[in-house]
Amino acid sequence: MKRMKLLAAMALSVTMAGTASADLVIPSLEYRTGPYAPNGIHFADGYTDYFTLLNERDGGIGGVPVRVIPCETAYNTEKGVECYESTKGEGALVYQPLSTGITYQLIPKATADGIPVHSMGYGRTSAANGKVFSHIFNYPGTYWDAASIIVKHILEQEGGDLSGKSITLVYHNSAYGKEPIRTLEELSKKHGYNLTLIAVDHPGQEQKSQWLQIRRERPDYVLMWGWGVMNQVAIQEAANIRYPMDHFIGVWWSSSENDVIPVGEGAHGYKAIAMHGVGDDYPIYDDMRKYVLDAGKAAGDGSNLGKVLYNRGMYAAMLAAEAVRTAQEMTGVADINSAQMRDGMEALKIDAARLAELGLPDFGPPIEVSCGNHGGPGLGAIQQWDASAQSWSLITGFIGADRDVVDPLIAEDSSAFAAENNITPRDC
Amino acid sequence: MSPDILNTIEVILNGLMTGVMYSLVALGFVLIFKASGIFNYAQGVMALFAALTLVGFQTGQIPFAHLINDMFGTHYHNWGVGFNNFIAIVLTILVMILFAWLVERLVLKHLVNQEPIILFMATIGLAFFMEGLGDLMWGANIKTLDVGIPSGGSFWWEDVTRTWASAGSEYYGMYIDVLDVWAAAIAVLLVVILTLFSQYTKTGRALRAVADDHQAALTVGISLRTIWVIVWSIAGMVALVAGIMWGSKSGVQFSLSLIALKALPVLILGGFTSIPGAIVGGLIIGVGEKLFEFWIGPLVGGATENWFAYVLALFFLMFRPQGLFGERIIERV
Repeated sequence: MKRMKLLAAMALSVTMAGTASADLVIPSLEYRTGPYAPNGIHFADGYTDYFTLLNERDGGIGGVPVRVIPCETAYNTEKGVECYESTKGEGALVYQPLSTGITYQLIPKATADGIPVHSMGYGRTSAANGKVFSHIFNYPGTYWDAASIIVKHILEQEGGDLSGKSITLVYHNSAYGKEPIRTLEELSKKHGYNLTLIAVDHPGQEQKSQWLQIRRERPDYVLMWGWGVMNQVAIQEAANIRYPMDHFIGVWWSSSENDVIPVGEGAHGYKAIAMHGVGDDYPIYDDMRKYVLDAGKAAGDGSNLGKVLYNRGMYAAMLAAEAVRTAQEMTGVADINSAQMRDGMEALKIDAARLAELGLPDFGPPIEVSCGNHGGPGLGAIQQWDASAQSWSLITGFIGADRDVVDPLIAEDSSAFAAENNITPRDC
Repeated sequence: MSPDILNTIEVILNGLMTGVMYSLVALGFVLIFKASGIFNYAQGVMALFAALTLVGFQTGQIPFAHLINDMFGTHYHNWGVGFNNFIAIVLTILVMILFAWLVERLVLKHLVNQEPIILFMATIGLAFFMEGLGDLMWGANIKTLDVGIPSGGSFWWEDVTRTWASAGSEYYGMYIDVLDVWAAAIAVLLVVILTLFSQYTKTGRALRAVADDHQAALTVGISLRTIWVIVWSIAGMVALVAGIMWGSKSGVQFSLSLIALKALPVLILGGFTSIPGAIVGGLIIGVGEKLFEFWIGPLVGGATENWFAYVLALFFLMFRPQGLFGERIIERV
């Protein structure tokens, strides 16, 4: 009897705790273990720390605290789906799966559940078509934007003419790695370069064959769509065969300090596309240190502040927070639900002035999302690694993608998806 | 010679070097399987753990620093600048010996006479435990490992082989990574030491006796438990060598444990009980997968190496289940 009373009291207290404090629930599907942990930790720290900053400094968003629910996926698709299923009932507002594989699985599930997914710069590229993918967002840019921007940068390097040039894509042999192929093929038709595709199997610890081929063929440029150890090994092998590093350009998931530092001096000059600024020379970091780090509330040990993937996690959290704010303004409700969050994401508008207000002046391009465009502006800059200074710097401004090539591809792929899944595109 | 022939020779040469790297991992499996009949699933993680520990000693990292800082609100990460390479390697070997002793005391001792599958399952648990322990002790960030072994393409070899090409042909010389050459030399040295140890020392003979027949070895007074500690210690040292070589190439990170996946086809091919088998198996897999990728890969979209290694192993399983050098298993009913 005594035990029954105790159980009843515990249940009551749990229920009361659940109803008494309203909060904005944002699950963090993160990976701090497994082979991809070194990258996952940086992103997860940035994502969590930004919400901690908002809670500590501003009391949350619109007066409502943010509750981040961490769930470990180990970059494993099944675990990612389990995380989604186990946290969606908590009143989740948005998911940032941080994995193309998990995103593909969540597209139908989250759409059916009415919860938006923000696959920021990854996932299914054609989800940029909001008419078909009502709950999936991939702003500020997609893989196809990235491929097109890199080719634009190469065009600029080569004086506007790529005919007869050769470009090799070294890619992770997965759905993620294969994403840019179609765009690069279309762009090769347009610009007349020869495209060679070289796949690397997971995890990419051994790439001797691939780089011997590159050494034999001597392409003018090598692009990389890699992740985890594949990046470090590729950059090391490129340095070993003395490939000119300033002609080796990675996607934004092959652009972190983790990818270049192990290679040492050999990585000097390596380039990658960036979707946001680099380093910690932004006013927000003063607040981050004051309210989060020095207060002992950081998700990690604080050593990752300003690193590329920490910045990206923080950027992702900032975009989510701004969408919450937009939804609150639209509805007049502080404690929003996932449907309102989706509407907020679709109406998201961040200009240069707002970025400066947030302590992130010129950190990213202005963003405007709409019902038809969930991919955002599709802009990217080129960053380059300085091995002696151990830092990245942006060597270009934000460049626009070749919309004449990318947009028809998005329309084609999303239409095929709509037809396969009996989706009637929204009228917007 | 035509550049095509030279390119093929280059692929074979690099395949041999890659094969040696696979063999380094496979050797650890063979040592433990030979002495105890256990397929040690944790061998890849042992290589990772050894490499993490080595970097920790080299850089003066405080083990469990994150845990300590979290618990006590401190900000300690390093105790100093770290040890030089020699001392760091010696200390890592001591850690691997301590690990072997703990494995014997806490795991193997309790599983004597159990079915091989039980022991295999125990090593799976051990692998997960060690991966977590390594993470907790040294952190999950990627670490640069430098023990002074040179790396990168050899200029000398490029210059020498460039002259082999037919006059007028465009040929840049043959590529070989100096680190791979070092790995090959170290692997040869390792095999010689292991062979001498097992043939000419008392402990080595005891190891062979246990490998041949556990019960017979016990009856002549050989302590099975001591032998297990010795053999796991040696496997730990081999794991350290593999960890150094692979870690020097890609940095020390948790994907290093996945190199064990490349050792499995090598073991199937060479046999689970033969040290020369691990070397020859590694070389066959290395050359085979590189040549297949070179000739057939471009026709089928590439990335054939993992696939080819396992298909080749499967092919061998059909005709020679015990592997090239493995002991034929004859069971009388």
